[in-house]
Amino acid sequence: MTTEILMPALSPTMEEGTLAKWLVKEGDTVSSGDIIAEIETDKATMEFEAVDEGTIGKILIEEGTEGVKVNTAIAVLLEEGESADDIGDAKAKAPEPEVKEAPKPDAPKSAPAKAAAPQPDRSPDWPEGTETKQQTVREALNAAMAEEMRADDDVFIMGEEVAEYQGAYKITQNLLEEFGARRVIDTPITEHGFAGIGVGAAFGGLKPIVEFMTWNFAMQAIDQIINSAAKTLYMSGGQMGCPIVFRGPNGAAARVAAQHSQDYAAWYAHIPGLKVVQPYSASDAKGLLKSAIRDPNPVIFLENEILYGKSFDVPVMDDFTVPFGKARIWREGEDVTIVSFGIGMTYALEAAEKLAEDGISAEVIDLRTLRPIDYDTLIASVQKTNRCVTVEEGFPVASIGNHLSAVIMERAFDYLDAPVINCLGKDVPMPYAANLEKLALTSTQEVLDAVHKVTYR
Amino acid sequence: MAAQKKASKSNASAEDLKAYYYDMLLIRRFEEKAGQLYGMGLIGGFCHLYIGQEAIVVGLEATAEEGDKRITTYRDHGHMLACGMTPDGVMAELTGREDGYSRGKGGSMHMFSKEKDFYGGHGIVGANVPLGAGLAFSDKYRGNDRVTFTYFGDGASNQGQVFETFNMAALWALPVIFVIENNNYAMGTSQKRSTSAPELYKRGEAFGIPGEAVDGMDVLAVKEAGEKAVAHCRAGKGPYILEMKTYRYRGHSMSDPAKYRTREEVQKIREEKDCIEHVRDLLLTGKHATEDDLKAIDKDIKKIVNASAEFAKDSPEPDPAELWTDVYADAVPQKA
Repeated sequence: MTTEILMPALSPTMEEGTLAKWLVKEGDTVSSGDIIAEIETDKATMEFEAVDEGTIGKILIEEGTEGVKVNTAIAVLLEEGESADDIGDAKAKAPEPEVKEAPKPDAPKSAPAKAAAPQPDRSPDWPEGTETKQQTVREALNAAMAEEMRADDDVFIMGEEVAEYQGAYKITQNLLEEFGARRVIDTPITEHGFAGIGVGAAFGGLKPIVEFMTWNFAMQAIDQIINSAAKTLYMSGGQMGCPIVFRGPNGAAARVAAQHSQDYAAWYAHIPGLKVVQPYSASDAKGLLKSAIRDPNPVIFLENEILYGKSFDVPVMDDFTVPFGKARIWREGEDVTIVSFGIGMTYALEAAEKLAEDGISAEVIDLRTLRPIDYDTLIASVQKTNRCVTVEEGFPVASIGNHLSAVIMERAFDYLDAPVINCLGKDVPMPYAANLEKLALTSTQEVLDAVHKVTYR
Repeated sequence: MAAQKKASKSNASAEDLKAYYYDMLLIRRFEEKAGQLYGMGLIGGFCHLYIGQEAIVVGLEATAEEGDKRITTYRDHGHMLACGMTPDGVMAELTGREDGYSRGKGGSMHMFSKEKDFYGGHGIVGANVPLGAGLAFSDKYRGNDRVTFTYFGDGASNQGQVFETFNMAALWALPVIFVIENNNYAMGTSQKRSTSAPELYKRGEAFGIPGEAVDGMDVLAVKEAGEKAVAHCRAGKGPYILEMKTYRYRGHSMSDPAKYRTREEVQKIREEKDCIEHVRDLLLTGKHATEDDLKAIDKDIKKIVNASAEFAKDSPEPDPAELWTDVYADAVPQKA
């Protein structure tokens, strides 16, 4: 059987081209790799090489022919022992295009379930009657890492100043003393490089905690976080895993200006393959960080410098964890739902306190994790209060609040008595001046104003 | 290329030479077939062929032991075949089918085999270099003597994260071999036009990493240099750089205008330096094999490659439900 040489596709988008020039003639012998023709596409003129050995038996498309469809037979190749008589009726024809059925997608687990009645999980974070103690967020984060490192030798921490300096924000205090330099590793100031080394170590089966001194510096490393950590499980058809935690302070601290004051919640929440946590309280910081270290997926853990020193009740338990995708209701209320996460909760809770004095009962929800998001708790609350205000410090365009508004519109449109209002950071780089910095962030007053607007009182 | 290792005189056994010939020819014929399937529209997107560079992966794989790891960039088909991944599985991934190594979800540039310790197939130039050092970190952390072969090109060697990685790999004495496959062209930009100091094997000097330039078209020279690098890493002496002087015959990807180099340049290397011809000569002149023996190998490989193409055409497209799988690994059950 003779071999047809077909018009090749030479780029991902090529459908047809010009057969500019034949570099062989009938009767010539060719071997694999020989250039036999020049083909012009919309991009360039390219050389076309023979794949098989043989003799050019017949040229079917003359040089200079334009608009030759991909996969049209352009010549016939005779292999050893074949002659021109073996050439059948090799008409230049393009194959029939295959008609493929469009995929019928199931709903992704990470996307909001539509229409279904919300089924919020209202179980308490720890059993009633459990002893609690006051602990700062800093102490809670430190304890979470120490406990997980004691339990699993595969867990280690690396980052700038995490070891001998005891942590730029003292989150890793005393870890070097307890676990040694093998597991508590100071890195040079090379975020891109050490984030990549951390991801590689996770591919190798370890469970790294990579501390960024602040999330602002992680922009140097964001390619490794997204292209390498988040996507590899999918790209490998489920073979590879990346059990890694990237953590550090996120968002504005105080007077550190534009390059050190950005909230990355919406950035990372955008990415399938990542899990994103932004805790407010010390018990959540502890329980969620322990869950993050055990999670087989890459987890973005967004802390906040201002919250590090705040104290909260933390349960005294051998092994306290908080699951991802379960919001916490801090206050129950009837008139409006205020939903927030991380440091935004300080405005939300303060506003709710003041609103109570005015006789407005606000339900305050802390999402705690932004991927996955506990939509059910939010929707059930909005169905009850019929009003919603979202609070965060991030930039306004494509914010978490924008996303929540869309989900509420889809799932609870008929329940809404007012448009959802997003309280957000302002659409400007963070200024340095104390008064301007305050104006750039959202505030308790903005939350109060928004609630008055949606409750019409 | 003064510092370049020469191993023109062969003391390799007939069996070894035949194995190299076989492995290199398999890669070449596989790549030619992939190019053909691309031309037929059966392979889509980007497809970077390894033709010309076969001696590097075959020579280095000859020095690897069980448990050693390898990671590379997107010109990765040769690495996969050389480490024992099946032509069927690789070709079916190229055609985006269910039986591909990534079940059709990765494509040419993103393939993996945990079983063969092949950690990809990465599409971002330079990004696989810290990943490779991280794999080596995991072995050092566990206290074994495995090494990681981290392959990248002359283009990637200019990326910032490569220097960051050299620094940390040397600082922490990571058992990683940085294999720079210098084919002289970063896409269409020649080394002369992109690189201030062309001796890439010296790139580690600032970090105290030893390096050497190797004739990457000579599988025996590659193997000899590889053995030295592997011994260095296994002994706990830290990273090693091998700059493989090589050449790719085909374009950067499939749509390559070939205007940045002359046809004569390509032809000259093919005729004078081809890695497969070199071993073929050694086999024939050393009377280790006859023309007929080699013809039989060619025939055998052609059969394997054709079968892989048929397999890759016949394998079904992934089930639509696969769209939603493998985004997250299942969480390990937690204590109640």
